[in-house]
Amino acid sequence: MSQIIHFDPDQDFKARSRTAVNDPAQRANFRGAMDFLQAKRRGQFGDQDELAGLRAIGAAIRQNSLAKLPELLELLEKNLTANGIQVHWAETAADANAIALGIARRVGARNIAKGKSMVSEEIGFNHAMADAGIDAFETDMGEYIVELAGEKPSHIIMPAIHKTKQQIAALFAEKIPGVAYTEDVDALIRIGRQVLRGKFAGADVGLSGVNFAVAETGTLCLVENEGNGRMCTTVPDVHIAVTGIEKVVEKLEHVPPLYSLLTRSATGQSITTYFNMISRPRQEGEKDGPREVHLILIDNGRSQAHADEQLRATLQCIRCGACMNHCPVYARIGGHAYGTTYPGPIGAIVSPHMLGLNATYPLAFASTLCGACVEVCPVKIPITDILIRLRNEAQAGEEQASLRGSGAGRSALATAIWKGWSLIYSRLGIYRLTSWFISRGHKLSPVSQGAWTKCRTALKPAPKRLRDLIRERRS
Amino acid sequence: MGQESARDRAYPPKPGDVYLYSTCLIDQFSPEAGLDTLNLLEREGIRVHFPDGQTCCGQPAYNSGYPDEARAVALQQLSLFSQPWPVIVPSGSCAAMMHHHYPKLFASDQALLARATELAARVFELTEFLVHVINFKQPDRGSACTVALHTSCHARREMGSHETSAALLSTLDNVDVVVQDRIEECCGFGGTFAIRYPEISEAIVSDKVASLRATGAERVVSADCGCLFNITGRAAKQDELAGIAPPTLPGEHIASFLWKRTSGIPS
Amino acid sequence: MSARERILGRLRTPGTAPEMPDVAGWYRARQRNETTPERITRLRAVLESVHAEVHETTDWPALLLQIATSKGLNNLLIGDNTPHGEHLASLAADKLTLIRYSEPIDGWRNRLFDEVDASLTLARSAIAETGTLILWPDASEPRTMSLVPPIHFALLDVNKIHADFDAAMRTENWQAGMPTNALLISGPSKTADIQQTLAYGAHGPRELVVLLCHTGVLS
Repeated sequence: MSQIIHFDPDQDFKARSRTAVNDPAQRANFRGAMDFLQAKRRGQFGDQDELAGLRAIGAAIRQNSLAKLPELLELLEKNLTANGIQVHWAETAADANAIALGIARRVGARNIAKGKSMVSEEIGFNHAMADAGIDAFETDMGEYIVELAGEKPSHIIMPAIHKTKQQIAALFAEKIPGVAYTEDVDALIRIGRQVLRGKFAGADVGLSGVNFAVAETGTLCLVENEGNGRMCTTVPDVHIAVTGIEKVVEKLEHVPPLYSLLTRSATGQSITTYFNMISRPRQEGEKDGPREVHLILIDNGRSQAHADEQLRATLQCIRCGACMNHCPVYARIGGHAYGTTYPGPIGAIVSPHMLGLNATYPLAFASTLCGACVEVCPVKIPITDILIRLRNEAQAGEEQASLRGSGAGRSALATAIWKGWSLIYSRLGIYRLTSWFISRGHKLSPVSQGAWTKCRTALKPAPKRLRDLIRERRS
Repeated sequence: MGQESARDRAYPPKPGDVYLYSTCLIDQFSPEAGLDTLNLLEREGIRVHFPDGQTCCGQPAYNSGYPDEARAVALQQLSLFSQPWPVIVPSGSCAAMMHHHYPKLFASDQALLARATELAARVFELTEFLVHVINFKQPDRGSACTVALHTSCHARREMGSHETSAALLSTLDNVDVVVQDRIEECCGFGGTFAIRYPEISEAIVSDKVASLRATGAERVVSADCGCLFNITGRAAKQDELAGIAPPTLPGEHIASFLWKRTSGIPS
Repeated sequence: MSARERILGRLRTPGTAPEMPDVAGWYRARQRNETTPERITRLRAVLESVHAEVHETTDWPALLLQIATSKGLNNLLIGDNTPHGEHLASLAADKLTLIRYSEPIDGWRNRLFDEVDASLTLARSAIAETGTLILWPDASEPRTMSLVPPIHFALLDVNKIHADFDAAMRTENWQAGMPTNALLISGPSKTADIQQTLAYGAHGPRELVVLLCHTGVLS
């Protein structure tokens, strides 16, 4: 997988985000997409009471599932196994790829058709297969575009959101033999359909993610609009599903509210075109469907979040992307600048468990804490509280460190500054003296105030503090 | 966090006494907003007490991931309000810190948690207090003007006070309130965020300034000084670079704006 | 210790689970007392809003043959020995070439992808709220029938429309046993992956034609 060894993740993130904010075309793409997705979501939730009720249900289902996670995973495994679906457990990304590779090699697979799966991105699946000489190819239109461009998804729901149709038209004309430049979206989709249909019929293995895994019936649920997910899980002889361990829910009745929250929050659709519920491989007498179905349950750091009472809420996520669609920072820098598989607010809180805080801590600071993400999260994840907690962890001293990579963002200077700040504002005498000096020296206040004055005029202290004015008025 | 909390809040009858918690930014940088808060409350016949021991609510350290440092500062504030009077805060952000986050900050100490919870229950953002407790209605003595309202994210999402700020402006007969695009979007301040990631902050605040300018508003009014300094500082820098004076997008704290208009002082 | 045991071991923490919400109660409280015509109206409106073609009929074979002609179909894939398929076959005669899904996909995968113009399947039931058809594909009407051909005709008995997904699951008691594959289909295949512009016919059918049968599917 593409785990870059970061020498200085903060400088790396700053460089990427600087490049992104200075790219007006990309800024316009993201702005347009965010406005569109926000309006679509708003259109779905006209009834605020219904939204509040459904969110409460969604949050409770996810919290309850996480509280019973080990029991539910065992029940899921038992029922899937009874249904004929083979269950595998992977502690790391590498383990997950090794398991998938083992299956692919046993069945002699030369290629793997992939449905959209962020977990497969997370574990660097395509790369791992390519290293083993197996062609894992994307079939979701957005993923296909991104793959063709040699890029990575910039959004968890809409992978090619950073691209204009002109860019995609040029890409198709350049990379697909015999294709002429066209900006007609219907024509572009027809081209993609034609190319990929040819590949579905010859695919040896299909790979998919999972949106919900139902423990009581042993059912894997997949949400999609295009039909490529159904192709990947129906046409090839072998289906491998990869998922994070947190995706399990206890009962079938938990699916409708979560599914409704997911599609309405993600793309503002009341429902997607397809909801695909898989409980078995092809049975005797059935004429299609894979003969083998495998589920790979992946930890990859999730158990670290689960172990912490506050951070566990991170795993409530149903991957709708509403948090990034409403994030002022994501809208300005886009998905790639984050440098992680999952961008935006959810990326900032989930990535530290997968990659370590040492590689990801700047993301916790890349937020104004405006709370737009919290407001729209369909399962009520307290994202800003978690960001604050991760900031604390990133700067923690050794005695306090509790996460992988804790303390990586600690700086002696910042620690000293905040200790000094705390001293001034918690000791009245010191505060009175410093604030008095600042107001007395108001004329001396610097015109250049570092990062603040790069784009703003300088802050000027008032000649007299409020406390002085009140005292004068009342004396 | 969430707007449900603000709407569900129960408000007390109009009190005879209140505390004014003015915030560190107002004390040092915008004392006139504090004085005008005092004016607004005193005109309603309320005795306003200003505890001299107040410094800062602790939010800068809290949000930056320094809870111990924030706690030390917050503790200093906890002891200031011994009478059971409401605490009026002319900042949605600082009010949210005391109202929502103090109980979390002191969660590990039962005695302090009890004090923090008791205090949190009587912390009110200025505009919610003026609307829900005072039922503010004063004749508008100002000349016709056009303003835009910017509400801080904490005011909006933790206190629900975007509604009360708007309600107050709507009581002023000669004030035309124009609505900027993406009114609910953050201004890009975010406390230390603006310093840590200045380019991202600049991108956000520049968009905010552009949307405010596009309304044709003469000024931007807000109940939060942090956002005001960010927005007007950015606008003023643009003016400065273009060689334009005076500022084309000045800002004013809502307390000052309300006081001046209803007492006949020209802005 | 296996990976399974290590993962489960890390997840086992003391504490009690928060109470489960009353999902059934939530949906029950939101039920409308609708008549069948009202349900049909809702189902139609939502299906049509996502570009499905919806017809109400008391003689679906005639209607289907007529639509097939107007669309210029060369052939139609029907299930293997299904009552409605055979009913159509008895009437189609020389009007439309019918292909029966009588062999496993393995033997004719490329033909299925390249040569079949359209398919006909029965929908088990539907959901008014979201404009959704429910299919439980089986040995006689396999999963790829509603996926691979460019046009999918679906028959639905109008008396089998549920209010919402929750009601469908409860009324049909899905919990008692799930099929190999259960499908919810709400319109033709689509994508908005290019600049949020909606395009139909991404990978699945470009057209979904729903025949709402007022007098059962066999009359």
